[in-house]
Amino acid sequence: MPLWLYIVSSVVKSAIVLGVLLTAVAYTVWLERKVVGHMQNRWGPTRVGPFGLLQPAADGLKFLFKEDLTPPHVYKPLYIAAPMIAVIFALTSIAVIPFGTYITIDGYNIPLQITTDVNTALLLILGVTSIGVYGVALAGWSSNNKYSLLGGLRASAQMVSYEISLGLSLVGVLILAGSFSLRDIVNAQGGYFLGFIPRWNFFLQPIGFFCYLMAAYAETNRIPFDLPEAETELVAGYHTEYSAMKFAMFFMAEYANMITVACLATLLFFGGWLSPFNENVWLQAHGAPQVVLALLPVLWFAAKVVVFLFIYIWVRGTLPRFRYDQLMAFGWKFLLPLALVNLIATAIAVAW
Amino acid sequence: MISIHLALFLIFGVVAVAGAVNLLAQRHPINAALSLIAVMAALAGEYMLLGAEFLAAVQVIVYAGAIMVLFVFVIMLLNAGVEERTEGSRVAIIFGIPGVLLGSILVAWVILRYSETEAVPAGALPGAPSTIGQLLFHEFLLPFEITSILILIAIMGAVVLASKPEPAAGGPSKKLATEQKVND
Repeated sequence: MPLWLYIVSSVVKSAIVLGVLLTAVAYTVWLERKVVGHMQNRWGPTRVGPFGLLQPAADGLKFLFKEDLTPPHVYKPLYIAAPMIAVIFALTSIAVIPFGTYITIDGYNIPLQITTDVNTALLLILGVTSIGVYGVALAGWSSNNKYSLLGGLRASAQMVSYEISLGLSLVGVLILAGSFSLRDIVNAQGGYFLGFIPRWNFFLQPIGFFCYLMAAYAETNRIPFDLPEAETELVAGYHTEYSAMKFAMFFMAEYANMITVACLATLLFFGGWLSPFNENVWLQAHGAPQVVLALLPVLWFAAKVVVFLFIYIWVRGTLPRFRYDQLMAFGWKFLLPLALVNLIATAIAVAW
Repeated sequence: MISIHLALFLIFGVVAVAGAVNLLAQRHPINAALSLIAVMAALAGEYMLLGAEFLAAVQVIVYAGAIMVLFVFVIMLLNAGVEERTEGSRVAIIFGIPGVLLGSILVAWVILRYSETEAVPAGALPGAPSTIGQLLFHEFLLPFEITSILILIAIMGAVVLASKPEPAAGGPSKKLATEQKVND
């Protein structure tokens, strides 16, 4: 591939993916308000645009025009840097996520992924998300407010604890695929059991998937594990002292992280862009155009991610918040042993 | 492409050194900890450029993502303030900086003059996860396991030292608790 094509395709892909991601973040907020509203017998946003569809735009405008207060008692450099750290690392991890197969332009295969296929992609995502905790921790500390500090402390302790279960729950999938590359992991899930059940890792690793989901909810600070921002105990936790766009950046980071987690769950356990049916063969046989064959997998990928986001919201609308000691006990005494047992069982089964 | 590699390598190197100097110059512990994170991240970049992708990812996950989080956690928990400058620290600066410079020049000279290994172009060494896995779990399995057990023992020692004395058979520990209350 010539260098110019490489650069142009990278820039175009980055622009498209970032645009889609930020729009998705805005509309996940809308979806959440709408779905939780209906679960609680309310309508959710209805006033701005049809079905309240322009609500994210209105929210964005509101955040932009609000006064950006900096309280006098904060440690300014870190107070300003913290939301940036949170949002930068939340958006970075999308770079290695593949969301489709290839597009062929001028005889060159361009992968549907911002970077090329890195063979440690999964580890990179884990690393980047584990750095994201500094945004929350530093926000809590630099605000110089005890509720914020408690929120920041809770966030860092919680994320370090659940990272272990998160990592261990993925090792089973890695053993089955034999690679860290997300593309290889998805390709290893091609084919069918008994001719009709897709060979997705979810059917081979249900316990691993359960552990991953629990740990991922805790990593993204979502209900039932949203202790760092528990309103009933800590006012608003680590972002108590933030207003306007800085507050919105924490919000964006949280939702971007949710989307990353949903993408990973799709790739690792639900076959990524692979379709549950075998329609690609049929389409190829009937001479479907190249564009359809390239974009249909992307649609499957997006549909699975939306399902995961819906589950996120569903859980939020259903479960109450844990107590902090319950959270730690659950993470260390239940989830970690379960993930370990799953890992050992998988290793033995593969070695057999 | 090689020139891009070299440029990135130099940039990350400058970032790492600048972070290390900043770590020493900062007087607030949290700023020092953050500079250390910058050093770790820059080192991960260097590893990546040298072709050790697995090492780079592990560097970020373990050092920048876990150990330094605990550092920051402890600094936040203790609410450690700005460090004080004393007469001794001025002496340390006057004699220390030339001393360190001299020492590092000496070490660099010895390595460049007498080392038997040659410089390797970036990416020439195998650093893929599978290679490291083969080495760790085939050739160096015993040292690897022994190190793991060593770390486990160290952790257990720390836990034993940190845990509260057990309230065995009522008497003495209760006394201890009340004494502590009085001291508070």
